[in-house]
Amino acid sequence: MSQSISSSKIKSVLTPNPSISKNSEQNSSLGDFIQETLALTQRLFIQLQRRPSTLIAGIIQPFMWLVLFGALFSKAPSGLFGTDLSYAKFLAPGVIVFTAFSGALNAGLPVMFDREFGFLNRLLVAPLSSRYSIVAASTVYIIALSFIQTAVIIFASAILGAGLPGLAGLSAIALIVFLIVLGVTALSLGLAFALPGHIELIAVIFVTNLPLLFASTALAPLSFMADWLQVIASLNPLTYAIEPIRYIYGHGDWAINSIVMDTPWFGFSFGTVILVLLAFDALILLAIQPLLRRRFA
Amino acid sequence: MSAAVLIENLQKSYGDVQAVKNISFTVQPGEIFGLLGPNGAGKTTTIRCLCTLSKPDAGKIEVGGVSAIALPKAVRQRLGYVAQEVAPDKVLTGRELLKLQAALYHLPQKIIGDRIQQLIEVLGLEEYANKKIGTYSGGILKRLDLAAGLLHQPEVLVLDEPTVGLDIESRMVVWEFLQELRAAGTTVLITSHYLEEIDALADRLAIIDRGVVIAEGKPSELKDKLGGDRVTLRIREFTSDEEADKAKHILESLPFVEEVIINAVQGNSLNLIVKSGQSSLSKIEQSLAEVELPTFSLAQSRPSLDDVYLAATGQTIMDAQIAASSTRDLKKEKKQQMK
Repeated sequence: MSQSISSSKIKSVLTPNPSISKNSEQNSSLGDFIQETLALTQRLFIQLQRRPSTLIAGIIQPFMWLVLFGALFSKAPSGLFGTDLSYAKFLAPGVIVFTAFSGALNAGLPVMFDREFGFLNRLLVAPLSSRYSIVAASTVYIIALSFIQTAVIIFASAILGAGLPGLAGLSAIALIVFLIVLGVTALSLGLAFALPGHIELIAVIFVTNLPLLFASTALAPLSFMADWLQVIASLNPLTYAIEPIRYIYGHGDWAINSIVMDTPWFGFSFGTVILVLLAFDALILLAIQPLLRRRFA
Repeated sequence: MSAAVLIENLQKSYGDVQAVKNISFTVQPGEIFGLLGPNGAGKTTTIRCLCTLSKPDAGKIEVGGVSAIALPKAVRQRLGYVAQEVAPDKVLTGRELLKLQAALYHLPQKIIGDRIQQLIEVLGLEEYANKKIGTYSGGILKRLDLAAGLLHQPEVLVLDEPTVGLDIESRMVVWEFLQELRAAGTTVLITSHYLEEIDALADRLAIIDRGVVIAEGKPSELKDKLGGDRVTLRIREFTSDEEADKAKHILESLPFVEEVIINAVQGNSLNLIVKSGQSSLSKIEQSLAEVELPTFSLAQSRPSLDDVYLAATGQTIMDAQIAASSTRDLKKEKKQQMK
C-alpha cells in the first residue's frame, strides 16, 4: 500500500454539497424507488452470475425429480392417473410448482445473511425512498429465477414425453407460477425479518418444504390419498397452483370456466383457482406488514 | 448557525442493559469531534441512534438542526456513515458497490460515473476498484467504505472505531484523510477507544464511560484542567510489595508530591502526581538513594487523556477495556442490534 491519497483535487471532491441529490423528504418519487430497487436487484443478479451454483442446483434438482419420480411410477397401470394422462404429463406440473415454491421459500435467506453480516445496515442508513425496495428487489429476483427454472422444466418435460402446452397455456402457467412465487417469497422475506437468525429460518424452511410437497397433489392425485390428507391437500396453496397447470397439460381446450380442480367438497374453475391464489397473496402481504414495519420504522 | 450534530439527554436500553444512560454533546460545523471511551461505554449505541439505525428511548438528536427522530430520511441524506465492521458484499467489485451506494442515495444518473471515479482517485483505489471486494485487505476495505460514505458529499461523516484492526500504515492514511476532509469543510464525528487517535485528530472530544459523558472539551483544556505533571517511577523492573510501599511512604512526604499510586498490574511501578514546573525527578531520585533504593526508570510528562479518564473513573481506559471485555456478551449484543 504505497500510494497515499492525492490532495490536489481533494477539496472539490470532499466539500459537502447537500444539493447533490434531490432532497428526499420533499419528493420521495417513484423514480427514486425504481432507481434503488433496480440497483438492489442488479446486485442480486451480479451475485448469481458470479456464484451460479444455486441456479445450477435449482435446475438439476427438478430434472432429477422428473427422471426419478417418472421412473418410480413408470410401470403403474395405464389410466391410473386419469384417462389419457401419462405419469410424465401428470408429474411435470407438480415439479414446476414445487420447484418455484422451494426457490421462493428460500428467498429470505440472502436477506437474513445481509442482516447478520451488517450489509442491511448499509441500506438502512441510506435515504431510501421506501425500505420496501429491499423486499421488492428480492421479489423481482426470485420471480425471474423461477421463470428460468420453469422454462427449463417445461422444456425437459417435453423431451420426457409430457408434451408442450400452447402459447395461451404457457402464459397461464407463467401467471400461476408468478402468483404462487409472489406469496411464498413474501412469506419468506417476512420470516427473514421476524426470526432471530439463519439457523431458525433454515429450520422453518426445512419443516415446511417437503411436508407441503407431500400434502399436495404434486406427486399423486387426490383420489389416492387418505381422507384426512385429502382435506389438507385441498387447503394447500400448492394444490391450487398444480391442478390448473395439470389441466392445461391434459386439455388443449381449457377455458377460464373449465373445472380444473376437484376437492372433497366441490370443484373449482380455472378463474376461481386464480382468485384463490390472489387471495393467498393478499393474505400473506397483509400478514407480513407488521413484521416489516417493526424493522423499517 | 445550528450545530452540525446535537445530542441531548440520549437514553437507550437493549433489554435490561442500559447501553446509554444520559449522553449529551454538541459537534460544531467543520470540526473533528472525538467520542472517546472503552468498549461497552455506549459509543456505538449513540452512533446507531444518530444514524437512525436505532430509535432512542428518550432524548434529542439533531443533524444540522434537523431531528433524526422526526425526519430520519433527511438526516440519512446529510450523514455519511462508516461502520466499525465493514460489511461489504465480497462478490461485488469496489466500483459496483459504489454504484449501488450511489443509487441508494439517488445521485443523478449522469454524474454517478464521474463521482465514483473522483472518489476512487482521491482515496487511491484505482488499482483495486475493478477487483472483487473479497480480495481486499483491511486498509483498502476501509478506504472503500470511506469512499462509499462520502459519495453523496454529506455534511457530516460519522466513523465508528475507524482504525480498529488496521495496520499502522493504513491507520496513518485514514488519519491524514480525515484531516483533509476537515480542511474541505466536512464535519467529522469519530469514535475510538485509542487515546492517541482522539488526541491526534480531534478538535474537541467527549469522554464516555458507562453510558454517560464524563468530560467534554478540547483535548488541551481537559488535560490542563487536571493540573500537575505525571511521574512514572520503577524502582526495579519488578518491584517487591515491601519496596514499593517503602518508596511510596518516602515520596508522599516530599512537599511537591500530591499523590502516589502503586500500579500492581505494571510490576508495582509508582504513578505520581506532582506540582508542575518543578525539577522533581532529581529530587525523587535523591530521596530514594538516601534509603538505598535504586531507580530503574523515571519519567515525567504532562497529563494525558488517559489521566483525564483515570481522574474521572478511577481506572485507565485499558483496564476498563479489559474489565468490559470479560463481562460483555458480544453475540447477544449483536443479536439485539440486528435490524
